[in-house]
Amino acid sequence: MKDGKEGRMSKSGTGGIRTAKSGAAPGTSGARAAADGPRLRAEDLTLCYDQRTVATGLGVEIPDDSFTVIIGPNACGKSTLLKALARMLRPQRGQVYLDGAAIASYRSREVARRLGLLPQSSTAPGGITVGDLVARGRYPHQRLLKQWSAEDEAAVVEAMEQTGVRELADRPVDDLSGGQRQRVWLSMVLAQQTPLLLLDEPTTFLDIAHQVEVLDLCAGLHARRGHTVVAVLHDLNQACRYASHLIVMRAGGVIAAEGDPASVMTAELVEDVFGLPCRIIEDPETGTPLMVPAAPKYHAPQSGQPGRPQAAPGTPSTAAVLAETP
Amino acid sequence: MSAPPQADAVRKDPAPGTAGDRLPRAVSGFVVRAGRGRLSLRLYPRPAAVSVLLLALLLTVMGVSLTTGDFELSLTEVLKALTGNGDPGADFIVNTLRMPRLVTALSVGAALAVSGGILQSLTGNPLGSPDIIGFTNGSAVGALIVIVTLHGSMTDIAIGALIGGLATALAIYLLIRGRGLQGFRLVVIGIGVSALLLAVNSYLITRASWQEALEAQAWLIGSLNNRGWDQARAIGLACLILLPLAFVLARRLSMVELGDATATGLGVEVARTRTVLLFVCVALSAFATAVAGPITFVALAAPQLARRLTGSSGPALIPTALMGAVLLTGGDLAVQRLFAPTPLPVGTATGTLGGLYLIWLLITESRKSRA
Repeated sequence: MKDGKEGRMSKSGTGGIRTAKSGAAPGTSGARAAADGPRLRAEDLTLCYDQRTVATGLGVEIPDDSFTVIIGPNACGKSTLLKALARMLRPQRGQVYLDGAAIASYRSREVARRLGLLPQSSTAPGGITVGDLVARGRYPHQRLLKQWSAEDEAAVVEAMEQTGVRELADRPVDDLSGGQRQRVWLSMVLAQQTPLLLLDEPTTFLDIAHQVEVLDLCAGLHARRGHTVVAVLHDLNQACRYASHLIVMRAGGVIAAEGDPASVMTAELVEDVFGLPCRIIEDPETGTPLMVPAAPKYHAPQSGQPGRPQAAPGTPSTAAVLAETP
Repeated sequence: MSAPPQADAVRKDPAPGTAGDRLPRAVSGFVVRAGRGRLSLRLYPRPAAVSVLLLALLLTVMGVSLTTGDFELSLTEVLKALTGNGDPGADFIVNTLRMPRLVTALSVGAALAVSGGILQSLTGNPLGSPDIIGFTNGSAVGALIVIVTLHGSMTDIAIGALIGGLATALAIYLLIRGRGLQGFRLVVIGIGVSALLLAVNSYLITRASWQEALEAQAWLIGSLNNRGWDQARAIGLACLILLPLAFVLARRLSMVELGDATATGLGVEVARTRTVLLFVCVALSAFATAVAGPITFVALAAPQLARRLTGSSGPALIPTALMGAVLLTGGDLAVQRLFAPTPLPVGTATGTLGGLYLIWLLITESRKSRA
């Protein structure tokens, strides 16, 4: 982060924030009282990588105490939005607000006491034990001469117990399976003890049982501990099942719909955003919307609706059929 | 010393706070707390034990260096001379001949080792060492220009080397700046720049006279011969300022090792941390090279040795600094005593020792991975 840029970005509200921050209890409710609206929101974001613009004029509000899930087709900018919300990516225009103040105006460490991030990939230093890695999550709460307080120890033990890795504390992270490792990283973010949690595709590379396990864990955090959780997910049905607030993005970084999954999730929306004809039925387990892709044409030729041809992915005819699709 | 086995035993003890059931300790190391939670430190037994051992080894090497040689002195004579109470002969030998060389060796070793340790950690690559990615060749260009075209004194050469090293680092920094200071890019561009600078060095030597070429070649091997208090003071001062800075930044460095996204999420200002650490690394390596010439392998081997001995998952910069100091003082002692009366430049010793170490390392590593 270049100082000059940061100064320019944060000029709008710097004076007020600094004073509000110094009076507030670290990380939580104190600063909140001053802010109107949700703790985390973004206004008029223009997001770019190098020269490629991913989104323009994007605004989003993360409802407090929600489990917000962002879905959308590949490369629609959902992970980019999450990166901007987590101050990983500096918007070209617009601003992300945390507790009413521009996120760029906070010290990074101060943000880290309020907002935790589980990125898509991280590197575990060679030979580090599970406990020591989880302990790294306490960094924003520590100082040079306050390296390991009793609260640090308690937070780390609790975080490991929540994710079920307490027994693995002295094992090297290198020895763990993918599912265990993901739980360790999640545990590290939990040890950070932030009221807001951003998770970038937390279920990637996990088998279905571990996906459900991780999502159940996140849902539990949201329900029992009042965390506001924001996750980017790929699976629409998992999104509908777990989200209390759904944000659907379409290609070009535009929000197509948002709200309660039961009202947002319609067959028209899925076809519109993903280009996938489908039916929405009720999930027999939870009653949430369940998206079932329409049967490929060659499976049920007589029952298919006219003018809506569809091929199974990967069949040789896919390209030809797609070309006909309106 | 019995410290390392003790450290292992401690590790397996259950934590005092976790109710004694079969659960492992939450985190490794001892915790020391005082002042109602205002002060709390984590101490790691094994790195601490390794540091103490290295310090003892360093003091031994220093003692041997100061007492032996063409004129044998007893330890008490040396100590008297150091405190200013010795007889004139001992005073001359200790304070004018041996001490400045020892201080130079000690500081150059520590500076190179920490410089390499920082770079290896920042790039996540054991080959990220200032002698490989061009800083050292840049210093050499600066020194050769002074030797060949300006015919400067030893101090002028050192200044030329310093400017050359810093300018090279700045050039590499500007080349990679646009896309962020990522580790792999730094190594790859650094190797390219290093090759370019090597060509410049060869060109400068072909342009030189016989006498200049000889002087240039002597400088290029890296040596501690004829180093006096001027050099010792310069590198000593650089170490006094830069090493504590590096040690304080080591915590952040270990966070940056987790990856940019994770480190940012945990509140580390990654870009700024990288820039500051890169500056410390370049300055240490440039000062060391300016004073002693390009001494190879210390920056490459010391951090790896230290990391393995301490079993640390972080950069372990303090043991690294001690390891570098031991390697260079030990190497210098060896070339002075074993090859007397015409001492070899210490660069040949570190090159040989470092090469042997690396071969051993690669063999044991490949055996381990096959087993």
